[in-house]
Amino acid sequence: MDLALAPETLARWQFGITTVYHFLFVPLTISLAALTAGLQTAWVRTGKEKYLKATKFWGKLFLINIAMGVVTGIVQEFQFGMNWSDYSRFVGDIFGAPLAFEALIAFFFESTFIGLWIFGWDKLPKKIHLACIWMVSIGTICSAYFILAANSWMQHPVGYRINEERGRAELTDFWKVLSQDTAVTQFFHTITAAFLVGGAFMVGIAAYHLARKKHIPVMRTSLRLGLVTVIVAGLLTAVSGDLLGKVMFRQQPMKMAAAEALWDGEAPAPFSLFAYGDVEKGHNTVALEIPGILSFLANGDFDSYVPGINDVNKSEQEKYGPGDYRPNIPVAYWGFRWMIGFGMASLAIGAFGLWLTRKKFLLPRALRTGEDEVPHLVLFRKPLGARFSRWYWVVALWTMTFPLIATSWGWIFTEMGRQPWVVYGVLRTKDAVSPGVSQGEVLTSMIIFTALYAILAVIEFKLMVKYAKAGPPELTEADLNPPTKIGGDDRDADRPMAFSY
Amino acid sequence: MELHDVWFVLIAVLWTGYFFLEGFDFGVGVLTKLLARDRKERRVLINTIGPVWDGNEVWLLSAGGATFAAFPDWYATLFSGFYLPLLLILICLIVRGVSFEYRHKRPEENWQRNWENAIFWTSLIPAFLWGVAFGNIVRGVKIDAQKEYVGNVLDLLNAYSILGGLVTLTLFTFHGTVFVALKTVGDIRVRARALALRVGLLTAVLALGFLTWTQATRGDSASLVAMIVAVVSLVAAIAAVRVGREGWSFAFSGVTIVAAVAMLFLTLFPNVMPSSLDDAWSLTVTNASSTPYTLKIMTWCAGIATPVVLLYQGWTYWVFRKRIGTQHIADAH
Repeated sequence: MDLALAPETLARWQFGITTVYHFLFVPLTISLAALTAGLQTAWVRTGKEKYLKATKFWGKLFLINIAMGVVTGIVQEFQFGMNWSDYSRFVGDIFGAPLAFEALIAFFFESTFIGLWIFGWDKLPKKIHLACIWMVSIGTICSAYFILAANSWMQHPVGYRINEERGRAELTDFWKVLSQDTAVTQFFHTITAAFLVGGAFMVGIAAYHLARKKHIPVMRTSLRLGLVTVIVAGLLTAVSGDLLGKVMFRQQPMKMAAAEALWDGEAPAPFSLFAYGDVEKGHNTVALEIPGILSFLANGDFDSYVPGINDVNKSEQEKYGPGDYRPNIPVAYWGFRWMIGFGMASLAIGAFGLWLTRKKFLLPRALRTGEDEVPHLVLFRKPLGARFSRWYWVVALWTMTFPLIATSWGWIFTEMGRQPWVVYGVLRTKDAVSPGVSQGEVLTSMIIFTALYAILAVIEFKLMVKYAKAGPPELTEADLNPPTKIGGDDRDADRPMAFSY
Repeated sequence: MELHDVWFVLIAVLWTGYFFLEGFDFGVGVLTKLLARDRKERRVLINTIGPVWDGNEVWLLSAGGATFAAFPDWYATLFSGFYLPLLLILICLIVRGVSFEYRHKRPEENWQRNWENAIFWTSLIPAFLWGVAFGNIVRGVKIDAQKEYVGNVLDLLNAYSILGGLVTLTLFTFHGTVFVALKTVGDIRVRARALALRVGLLTAVLALGFLTWTQATRGDSASLVAMIVAVVSLVAAIAAVRVGREGWSFAFSGVTIVAAVAMLFLTLFPNVMPSSLDDAWSLTVTNASSTPYTLKIMTWCAGIATPVVLLYQGWTYWVFRKRIGTQHIADAH
């Protein structure tokens, strides 16, 4: 069968497309849930209206986003059985458990309390309503943990044995699956990256309004919160990325060698800045390198040996039999660079923004701004400086996309870098597809999903823009007087609901 | 009772929960065309399920995840075998989820009407297809010695399973109609009651046919009891809504769903997916299940999580217990 349209290729494309698309919404859901909960907490504690307005504003964008996250998530669960039934048979005993845990513990939590939060403004006392959004936030984070534990098992299988008779892997130690270093570091890295996405999102939209001198008190608060989130999350993403990298060097030497286009092992090993390789011959034709850095990334020193692609390929051939054990090297190499590059760029732009808008006691009196003024972005009020600050608003808007590009490439790198394995060293991708599903069926579903996702992307994007541009809503009487008992007050039984579809 | 039997029961419970809960919200979706007279009434209907439909849908994800973990071979055969119907269900669930959230996000009449049409069709189609799917599971499909489904999509469209689909569609619609009567005030409530009688009678005829067919071909004494419970409670539900006792009626239509699902699973056991080609190739609770260790962990998880879920989901229904009518819907949107 033509390889380009083989069910395996199509099923992989489908998984790639649906996963990357799903993961555009996931990080924003995780971070905006927590940030919105934080803003609402500030409102409940201080009673300042700007916090309530901010809660409502970011809450609405959060809801537009989470709707897509939820519905695209269902596809992910079904897809294992539909396109990858031999994978499901082989690993169900292990992989199914965290998935079921996610549904039973996290999804129920998230989806039930989101309903309470959306419709509960006039049905729940202030503090209970606040607790609901925190429950949603906890749900999203638990959900991430179980999924990443499942994924980590595919990267680095632990706590199992192979049952030859049934032809499958069987669980021997569930705690190990949940607590192995791959799962913990990958969770840490994914959550911090998620907050980088949410922080940059907040900064971008706040910058848009501040540039137009609109909704200043709310957007000032959002800008600062976003900038601090970007910096804290950005630094932690770098730290966790380094930790994850070291774990991977031990567990998946091929992936990291591919990420660096390091063909032959070296000591000390250099970090590649730019490489153009010849995959057939197994070497780089052009290479620009910094000596010693890769040794540091891999092992924490500047002179140790790091094995190359050719070395690992040879040792895997000895271990698993003849074959090509190299992933798509250009994708791994560039994916790794796009991930780091866009992630770090957003951190740098955030750090610069925070310095520009630093607290007023650091500034001369003439440059300080009040609560309802747009913060000055530079230390002087000369025309050059003013133009400069206008540039920052534009840059901040574009920076919204950077962490999303980084996380997308991060997943492409993680998943494609593991090929030709679906479970590293245990099950090959080609042995995982559904044998009974025809080429036509996979092609049909791939075309439908791609088309449907494309249409929804346009709708979602337009809605986001519409509501982001609209700014925070005016507060109503009902907003400022939340009910005192569960189920809502009886004082005006025919009053319209505070929120209705 | 061994753990794989426990998990057979638990999966039946999860499907029951799904059909009980999403059953009525599918029904409400269908009613947006059957009952509502104008935009505002449609909004009343949609808002009766607004706070809860998302939580209801997770019962499906749990049933799917639990099947994956407890019976991987069942999950693999079922999901790869019923490829195209499941694809259709997935598309419906995707569009349906965003329809609720996005319909009111723009004021244009066209925009709202399109999403309302989407809500109707994406509620109706899965409500029908779930019955078709379960009809086929119970009836048995072409499974070979390698546990693979070897039939095609047309094999899934047979008289028995299509009747099953019509039963779930009408039963969910009836369940939804009773729910609307229970959750609304004013004119819409009166009309919901009247409609419930008509839909209820149609449901009773179809359900009696399907359940009798099931009992005649695959039944035993336990399934007969479940069938009698299902039919009697359906009649009780119709009678209760006729005399204006909507709460009782909803409870009875719920019992009907519980008993009907119980009957299907009783006729299935100890198979989980019988083969129509050779009995020896059927998937059973033993040859399709996970190891006792995995099942033990899962049992702990489900044993602790399920009561908690029931508790807070139940609380949600308590928070939103007040009936709503057109006066509660703001004019904006």
